[in-house]
Amino acid sequence: MASFPLYWIPLLPFLGAAFNLLFGRKFPRRAVHLVSCGVVFGALLVSMVAVFRELYPRWVEAGHGGTLEPIVNRVYSWISVGDIDIGLNFLLDPLSAVMILVITGIGFLIHLYSTGYMSHDTDYARFFGYLNLFTGAMLVLVLGDSLPVMFVGWEGVGLCSYLLIGFWYDKSGTERYGDANATAGKKAFIVNRIGDLAFIIGMFLLFTHAGTLNFTELADKADALMTKFSPLGLGFYVTVAGAAGLMLFIGATGKSAQIPLYVWLPDAMAGPTPVSALIHAATMVTAGVYMVVRLNFLYVLTPAVMATIAIVGAATALIAALIGFAQNDIKKVLAYSTVSQLGYMFLAAGVGAFSAALFHVFTHAFFKACLFLGSGAVIHALAGEQDMRRMGGLAKKLPIVRWTMLLSTLAIAGIVPFAGFFSKDEILWSVAIAQNGTLAPWLLKSLYVTGLAAALGTAFYMFRLYFMTFSGECRADAETLAKFHPPTSRMTIPLIVLAAGAVTTGFLGLPHVVAKHNIFHEWLSPVLAQGQRVLAQVGSRIEPAAAGADPLAQANHHLEWGLMGLSLLIALIGIAIATRFYKGGVRQTVRDLVAKMPAVHRLVYDKFRVDELYGWIVIKPFRVLCWIFAKVADGIIDGLVIVAGQLTLFVGRSLRGIADGSLQRYVAVMAVGLVLVFLAVSQPPDDFEIDPGETVEVGQVVRFEAEQSTRELRYRWDFDGDGKWDSPPQQPADKRTGEEDPRNFARDRAAVFRYAKAGKYAVRLEVRDVRWKSRATEERKVVVNEKKGIKSSRRQAAGPSVADRRFDNSRTDGARR
Amino acid sequence: MTLVAILAMPLVGALIVALLPRDDGKQARNMGVVWSIATFLVSLSVLFNFDVNDSAMQFELSVPWITAFGINFHVGLDGISLWLVLLTTFLMPVVILSSYRSVSHKVKEFIVALFILQVGMLGAFVALDLFLFYVFWEVMLVPMYLIIGIWGHGRKAYAALKFVLYTMVGSLPMLVGIIYMYLTHGAATGNYTFDYTVLTQSVWNQSAQLWLFAAFALAFAIKVPMVPLHTWLPDAHTQAPTPGSVILAGVLLKLGTYGFIRFAIPLFPWAAASYAPYLSGLAVVGIIYGAMVAYVQDDAKKLVAYSSVSHLGFVMLGMLAMNVTGLTGSIYQMLNHGLSTGGLFLAIGALYDRRHTHLLDQFGGVWKRMPVFGALFMLCLLSSAGLPGLNGFVGEFMILVGTFTHQRDYVAGRVPSVWIYHSRAMAGAAATGVVLGAVYLLHLFQKLMFGPIINAKNATLRDASAREIWAFIPLVVFMFWMGLYPKPFLERIEPSVKTMIVQHQQKFAASLRHVDGPPKRVRELVGLSTSASQRLAMGGGR
Repeated sequence: MASFPLYWIPLLPFLGAAFNLLFGRKFPRRAVHLVSCGVVFGALLVSMVAVFRELYPRWVEAGHGGTLEPIVNRVYSWISVGDIDIGLNFLLDPLSAVMILVITGIGFLIHLYSTGYMSHDTDYARFFGYLNLFTGAMLVLVLGDSLPVMFVGWEGVGLCSYLLIGFWYDKSGTERYGDANATAGKKAFIVNRIGDLAFIIGMFLLFTHAGTLNFTELADKADALMTKFSPLGLGFYVTVAGAAGLMLFIGATGKSAQIPLYVWLPDAMAGPTPVSALIHAATMVTAGVYMVVRLNFLYVLTPAVMATIAIVGAATALIAALIGFAQNDIKKVLAYSTVSQLGYMFLAAGVGAFSAALFHVFTHAFFKACLFLGSGAVIHALAGEQDMRRMGGLAKKLPIVRWTMLLSTLAIAGIVPFAGFFSKDEILWSVAIAQNGTLAPWLLKSLYVTGLAAALGTAFYMFRLYFMTFSGECRADAETLAKFHPPTSRMTIPLIVLAAGAVTTGFLGLPHVVAKHNIFHEWLSPVLAQGQRVLAQVGSRIEPAAAGADPLAQANHHLEWGLMGLSLLIALIGIAIATRFYKGGVRQTVRDLVAKMPAVHRLVYDKFRVDELYGWIVIKPFRVLCWIFAKVADGIIDGLVIVAGQLTLFVGRSLRGIADGSLQRYVAVMAVGLVLVFLAVSQPPDDFEIDPGETVEVGQVVRFEAEQSTRELRYRWDFDGDGKWDSPPQQPADKRTGEEDPRNFARDRAAVFRYAKAGKYAVRLEVRDVRWKSRATEERKVVVNEKKGIKSSRRQAAGPSVADRRFDNSRTDGARR
Repeated sequence: MTLVAILAMPLVGALIVALLPRDDGKQARNMGVVWSIATFLVSLSVLFNFDVNDSAMQFELSVPWITAFGINFHVGLDGISLWLVLLTTFLMPVVILSSYRSVSHKVKEFIVALFILQVGMLGAFVALDLFLFYVFWEVMLVPMYLIIGIWGHGRKAYAALKFVLYTMVGSLPMLVGIIYMYLTHGAATGNYTFDYTVLTQSVWNQSAQLWLFAAFALAFAIKVPMVPLHTWLPDAHTQAPTPGSVILAGVLLKLGTYGFIRFAIPLFPWAAASYAPYLSGLAVVGIIYGAMVAYVQDDAKKLVAYSSVSHLGFVMLGMLAMNVTGLTGSIYQMLNHGLSTGGLFLAIGALYDRRHTHLLDQFGGVWKRMPVFGALFMLCLLSSAGLPGLNGFVGEFMILVGTFTHQRDYVAGRVPSVWIYHSRAMAGAAATGVVLGAVYLLHLFQKLMFGPIINAKNATLRDASAREIWAFIPLVVFMFWMGLYPKPFLERIEPSVKTMIVQHQQKFAASLRHVDGPPKRVRELVGLSTSASQRLAMGGGR
């Protein structure tokens, strides 16, 4: 079946990237941004065709609850060796459909915005090349049909993030030294790689136990996923789903900036603002959430990991919101806000509300992109100023920016009917009715309370940002104001479109007490059906019972209305506090409050000093260890080698006296040496052993065995000392030449003999060296006694040896396995 | 005859260059480039005539050489050596291109040395006679000694001597081992020969295997180099001229890992399996240690040299898993390392040509001045860091999967059961190399290329010249090709690897029955119980 060529969706941006990075510098800016925006727009068109013309009919056909045949586009076999067969295949199902539309749609708007924002930059082509590269990699991430292909995109977006954070690599952010931007990029890459380490281990675990890394195939391996094993033989047992799920989630905490790996995201704000909007708000950072939703069939099997995800998500949401209270850099506030919102998404995924998690990804992409682009417009207008303390009063100067940002701020704060209200409320509702056997009820309740508290915080710090930026008097200095320039239409149009999204997208996911159909949820249902199918198969084996929603609470409409009202009330309280403290600029009440508890303020302002903590417990010890290895250990190893060399030299020097040029001595030594060598090689070893010993009985089997040698030797024996060779049978010498028959000697170095009469015998062995034609003989005495009884010390000469038994052992081992 | 032609090409090249009139070296260089490209083209004939479905030796040729000692000029090629031969001929033009600015005196002699080195490397990759292999192995030493000693910089005499002595000390036990094998095998079978294909049909008893493997492994481990036998490498790399470093990292080190795969492991399977847990532990130590030491170097070339220690740890780890995935990955990674580290040395050489220093703190902000060079450098770096989409990832992925899925069950009974989890732990620990690789490589790039220009000398640097770009382009093309579409490479490596592993398992089973006494033929030992050995092969495969 010729399937839809999905590969064009990532390929178009890649082609744009190749053009801009290879030749962009030689072309005018117009060509650069036409190509760059053009390819993303092209990808958007292809995506729309794929989703609406190809996927949608299938979705309709499948109907509600039916199985949907996703579109799979096999491009070629990528890594195929041994048991591995990874195809470069793309998969379009309702989940990846949402993602590609967000990436290409919002991506296109941000590309468009960038043509205005970056218009003064000298490295125009490089910027757009990276941006296209990112878009392509992100599309690979969401379209990949297996974990390794996803990982290609996963690392690819990490690389672009690195390159774009350090885009202004020769500048430093405010108040820092020379290459701070580059350092921020490096930090992002390395922290992400720490997560990736866990990610690949998760992949290996899945591959080892399930034999595949393809999403569709994995979803059919419920049994394999429920297999228990003991990690590294440590004695406790976990399921494959649990171990792999936890590892992959650690990977997600890197990419999606969750505790404990969130520290890179605030620093990532060193990049140009459109980058922050595209990568660090709308798309890349949501990759972890996407991955968890994609693997919903794996996570539903492991309530403990789900609980972990929920706790991490809730904690991140709250802590990031708290840090956001005290930041003055407009982009830093938005960065912590992103971390906090990502925490919400994981909280949702952790209580099994995958659809709600992805819905928040979707709505968040609009309002957060709008907020970032708006803040970018402010920064652009104020010639690079990012400190909100030197803003204010911009409402009149930047009306479009002000209104679009206000709408988005209302959306993120969770005010009805803006998008954020619906997505956040759905998350809070899901948390409120969640069940999870591994979590105590009070913990589940406190997750809900944490979510509410974070919502309060969100409303507060977002309106703090809004008021400090737009209300009151302008606090910028005259110099900055002189350079003030309003945004062009290329920058405002994306803002307006995104703001429109922030207002309207919520209606796609109306709560079921309001509307009969939750469009977003129904659209995703074929993907989430994977999880339900797996649960139906092996759900009974999960201990404690699988996590999910409490059906009783779910049906309680009063409760749902009540909680909806509560979350709206909480948001309004947050706004009210912000209005009280920050309307018209930082008010005296705030200053008093800060003055009352300077330590607390300082701690929050310093982001709870987590960076410093990591510096002390990770980075510094690592550097010291490196230093010890390099300077001490390597020095010792090399020193030993040098000492060995010196020792040789010393021995050589001491022996130098021997080589004094005296020819006679050389000849004499040589002659002696030659003779010794000749004797050594010519005289074959002729020692032999007698088994059972030198005293034997009549009729007993006596075994004679000559010494083992690496030389090619032949043997003959005289056992009874009569001067005739007994073994092997002797042949007469050749009559004509008088040469001895070679059959007179045996190859086998062992021989067996039974003595018929008691007495003393001389046993003689003659050894002949085939190469050197030399011979040697050896004689030993044997005493033969009369037979005493039936006692037999006979040992088998070549019975089953230790080796054979060992072999059999391993064979049975194998069979058992 | 094809292989003889490939071996003869650089030899003839050396002669031609030697006969060129003495001048400023221009002719010698141009001739060198042309001839090395010609050699590469000739070597492509093995690729086009290579039978993908044949896992045995191809293009085999055996001519009696020293009949009195049963020494044959026996050469042949299979999927394991095919790409290494091609890597050698492929890198040579790149290497000579990189010598245009870094080697300015005795150019003619330099090119001759390079060609002789090439003969030695190619010969060692195709030799199927242990004596012949040893001859080629030692032949390589001389030109490399000269390249470091004459055209190097800094403490070049020290580095060259250290390189030669280290390698020689390692290879002497191997020679003793080879001769021991020759004598014992001859004594046991009456067939005195150094022929690899004959010797490999016998197994030595277990204790002999332990000693023989140790003797071979010492020689190869020094060449790889495995920690703690690595200390010659940073010195050799730092003092060698750019072309020397490229060839050293690109090809020479692979002879160590190739030696393990071709000789040490197949000839002594029982010993290999017994040492494997310890050797793979050492490989992992190498990965982590090499990376950590690389991170704190203040000399860019030393940093890349230590990164080689780390990368070759991966190669060792993959082969010790002794399954198709791991071993194929290991061979693939040898090629990857040749490209990526070769590229990194080219980049650092290009900077050295301009600034005559390798010290990191002398640079900074160079990308502003050298954007094209920066992009090429970045690509080599990402390839080295194992970014998916480029070649390094494919190799690392196969190695780690191979190691992770490896079950040491066929040594059960001998090693404590904790080793069953050993390979998983090893794979997990080795995977930290992925993080550490990013740490030191990005550190390197940031120090050299990012930040503002602090040192005024960097403000006037020229971007890469056409010649420099052309030295990089073949590398970059293959980095993408091998990363995006590895199939043509893998499908040629895999059949030989599969056969090798089946034979290895058989020989291992034979060795289990062979505790004492002279070497015996595998067929005699395994005999009728091949089904058992096949079952073992299955169990040990994954």
